[in-house]
Amino acid sequence: MKFGVIIFPASNCAEDCYYVLSSLLNQNTKYFWHKSSEAIDTDVVILPGGFSFGDYLRCGAIARFSPVMERVIEFAGKGGLVIGICNGFQILTESGLLPGTLMKNTCLKFICSPQYLKVENNYSVFSKKYNSGDVINCPIAHNEGNYFADENTINKLEKNNQILFRYCDENGNVNDSTNPNGSVNNIAGIINIKGNVLGLMPHPERSSEKILLCDDGIKLFKSIIEFYN
Amino acid sequence: MTESYKQVGLSEDEYNLILKQLGREPNELELNLYGVMWSEHCGYKNSKLLLKMLPVKGERVLQGPGENAGALDIGDGDAVTMKVESHNHPSALSPYQGAATGVGGIVRDILAVGAYPVANLNSLYFGKLEKAHQRYLLAEVVKGIADYGNCLGIPTVAGEVHFDDAYEGNCLVNAMCVGLTRSEDLKTAFAKGPGNSVMVVGNLTGRDGMGGASFASQELTKESEENRSAVQVGDPFVEKLLIDACMEIFQNENVIGVQDMGAAGIISSTSETASKAETGIEIDIDLVPKRESGMLPYEVMISESQERMLLIVKEGKENEVNKIFHKWDLHAVKIGNVTDDGMIRVLNNGIKVGEVPAKSLTNPPLYKKDIIKPEYLNDIELLNYEDLPEPDNYNKVILIMLDNHNIASKEWIYRQYDHMVQLNTVVTPGSDAAVLRIKGKNKAIALTLDGNGRYVYLNPEKGSEIVIAEACRNLVASGAKPIGVTDCLNFGSPEKPDIYYQLYYSIKGLANACNKFNTPVVSGNVSLYNDTEYGSIYPTPTVGVLGLIEDLNHITDIKFKNADDCIYLIGNFSTEIGGSEYLHEIHKFVKGKLPELNLDIELNTQNAILEIIRNGLVKSCHDVSDGGIAVNLAESAVTGNFGIDVSINSNIRKDIVLFGEHQSMFVISAEKKNENKIVGILKKFQTKMSYLGTVTDEKIFKISVNGNEIINLDLAQISENYKNSISKMF
Repeated sequence: MKFGVIIFPASNCAEDCYYVLSSLLNQNTKYFWHKSSEAIDTDVVILPGGFSFGDYLRCGAIARFSPVMERVIEFAGKGGLVIGICNGFQILTESGLLPGTLMKNTCLKFICSPQYLKVENNYSVFSKKYNSGDVINCPIAHNEGNYFADENTINKLEKNNQILFRYCDENGNVNDSTNPNGSVNNIAGIINIKGNVLGLMPHPERSSEKILLCDDGIKLFKSIIEFYN
Repeated sequence: MTESYKQVGLSEDEYNLILKQLGREPNELELNLYGVMWSEHCGYKNSKLLLKMLPVKGERVLQGPGENAGALDIGDGDAVTMKVESHNHPSALSPYQGAATGVGGIVRDILAVGAYPVANLNSLYFGKLEKAHQRYLLAEVVKGIADYGNCLGIPTVAGEVHFDDAYEGNCLVNAMCVGLTRSEDLKTAFAKGPGNSVMVVGNLTGRDGMGGASFASQELTKESEENRSAVQVGDPFVEKLLIDACMEIFQNENVIGVQDMGAAGIISSTSETASKAETGIEIDIDLVPKRESGMLPYEVMISESQERMLLIVKEGKENEVNKIFHKWDLHAVKIGNVTDDGMIRVLNNGIKVGEVPAKSLTNPPLYKKDIIKPEYLNDIELLNYEDLPEPDNYNKVILIMLDNHNIASKEWIYRQYDHMVQLNTVVTPGSDAAVLRIKGKNKAIALTLDGNGRYVYLNPEKGSEIVIAEACRNLVASGAKPIGVTDCLNFGSPEKPDIYYQLYYSIKGLANACNKFNTPVVSGNVSLYNDTEYGSIYPTPTVGVLGLIEDLNHITDIKFKNADDCIYLIGNFSTEIGGSEYLHEIHKFVKGKLPELNLDIELNTQNAILEIIRNGLVKSCHDVSDGGIAVNLAESAVTGNFGIDVSINSNIRKDIVLFGEHQSMFVISAEKKNENKIVGILKKFQTKMSYLGTVTDEKIFKISVNGNEIINLDLAQISENYKNSISKMF
């Protein structure tokens, strides 16, 4: 299976994603440069975390104008699998591939911490290896992870099972006290209506090895690999 | 002219020396160059002779002091580079930018030796958080470090934060960076080969950070506020591009020398690289890409604009270099050439505006002063134990101790730092040391950055020995063998005899300990003139120590892991509590004798602990330090989320047993079945241990002394005090 990882300037998690895919999962993985306008010729493309263009103006707001994004939109339109992690999620909402927006955390501070997530369903290509209701640990590291969308959009997301991950505690409780950043309905990750584009604030690549916290996150990538085969 | 040398921070004698070396009067530009290059910050004129006491050589040392960063061999051809540097004065005036650019500067030092930065650490000292201005300083400094370091994608993995009135007018912000490379890829800062090109890469040059090096070499006064243009402004995004571009350019053989442009900008980077290579450099300041027009020649030369590096590039290969920087949307501009005449020659649009010998700039006069014992030391060790009533409620005392900001969890701070990026951080902040695995290898490095100003104030030599011993203990408790040190010496003005004495004996103490532990000092920085109208800070050497773990299975942390594991104490009690957090917090004294440290016993104990860990016999290991055994046990209980049932026997006063900062002491937890094996190993090292009790599922924290239960608290209460003490201040 072929994976692509996009490098925007200051995409500082690109190498981490590349490492998990190529070294831990032995997948054929390549980088795409943000100025490139070559077609995406992989099966999956990842927009990694980081601070694309320094997060200046607004997170993801400049990256969405990179030449490579036209290709990503084209790729997604044809059903290609797209994952935006953290800053990548912000770029996906800025470019309209996913609904909503990511605002400043309610505490107004950067938060880096292990984080429990509830897997809402395993119908998605991105969650097949989990069981619905699983509680997984997947760290967060962001300043702007407070997901917001209007009521209508939220209702649609809920109704269409587009909410894949929610913030919770170790027992799976989803409420205000287990919400680290103020996201509506504790939303941590969503998919588009077609189900081929995933955006999530937590970093699955950071919990992909037992030696680092745990390997709960690697199942997300394994879900895709298994589905594809 | 006689007056203008004072304005650039030079003395009359120094000015006369310049006249002699040049054989003429310097012009304004030249005088300014001397001003910054002969400042303490760049020239180490008061400290260099004392620093010679420190051991700098060892079988693992690949690169010692004098380069942008030190480098140590960690086996298999891998090299770890490291350096710590102060950004105290800029942070006192402009905490956000001061701290941010402190990170930026130290990262470029690591980059300049050809290594990829893999970890940041920091050491922060403020006045007490009860004061609004100190809360402002902490919040801004932490945000500055976070915003800059997080954007770079370098994890901030460890550090220390202290609060004491001694730092109220002059906070300390020390930033350390650690890099990883292959030994053969290490870069040096030599401007070799006359005819080769001198290029400036990265950001534009502006009027920020004007004369920052001189500013850092003066006392902070009310007037310092007006000196804000001496504080640099950081752009982490450009720094990240600079890192990525440099890592790409280093693959290219056309780069001969690299130098960070930090303190004193273009003039220090050109004169240092030329001086080391016995060459000269001619540059035209007209060619330097500038942020603003109308900059005077001396402003271009001494500007400390951030995110710039100096490259020495093979003649004719400038375009190849430029191509790579252009890819990253950065400048790479040729500003001059290496020459063979040993001069730093400055042209402005082809016309010579200044010319001085490179070696003259980089060799300021070195001073040595008489060592005179300060009066305050005469009776500071006297402590009458009758003045210290023994507490009647130990539950109350331990809760106060855990609530103390120096002891309490620093989670509110390190949560703001990305400490996981790069996927190497095995032991995250909150343990004795951070541990980073080396990808693809069965080994890891452990890192700590530590200081103890109060100890060094009470006894500069012994206190400094303890600082190194304690830092090494942190590494050993994590399963690592300490292999090298980087140090930042934060002191008051060396022109005051008391301070010079502290500096001399502190360096002597560091040297004693580093010699004993075979941990050479490979890099460092000196920050003097940390004085304000309130007086000098405590003498505060901070030491970054690198440890090597040769098998990933040896990585250990402080958390209790399983109920019914046995808890053991290794080491001997001291009856002295001078300088302890307990004496300061509960009895409000800063005096007394420091707890005894015997370096031989210390090394023996550390080796014993390492062997126990390497044999896979422990579940957790935590050294005894600030707050003593009671705090040590609370930290392992809270982080592991277990209760304890412990009983200690001793004929020493209970409060001294529980809260004394006994040296060479560790607490371990282990399965009962391993007890005999552990005792066997300890015997080999003539070290003993005593059984304290067990880890319990019941969430209760119980300690008895001599059979009397004096602490019995819910873990939740202990945890609340420990975890929320700092966050509730904001």
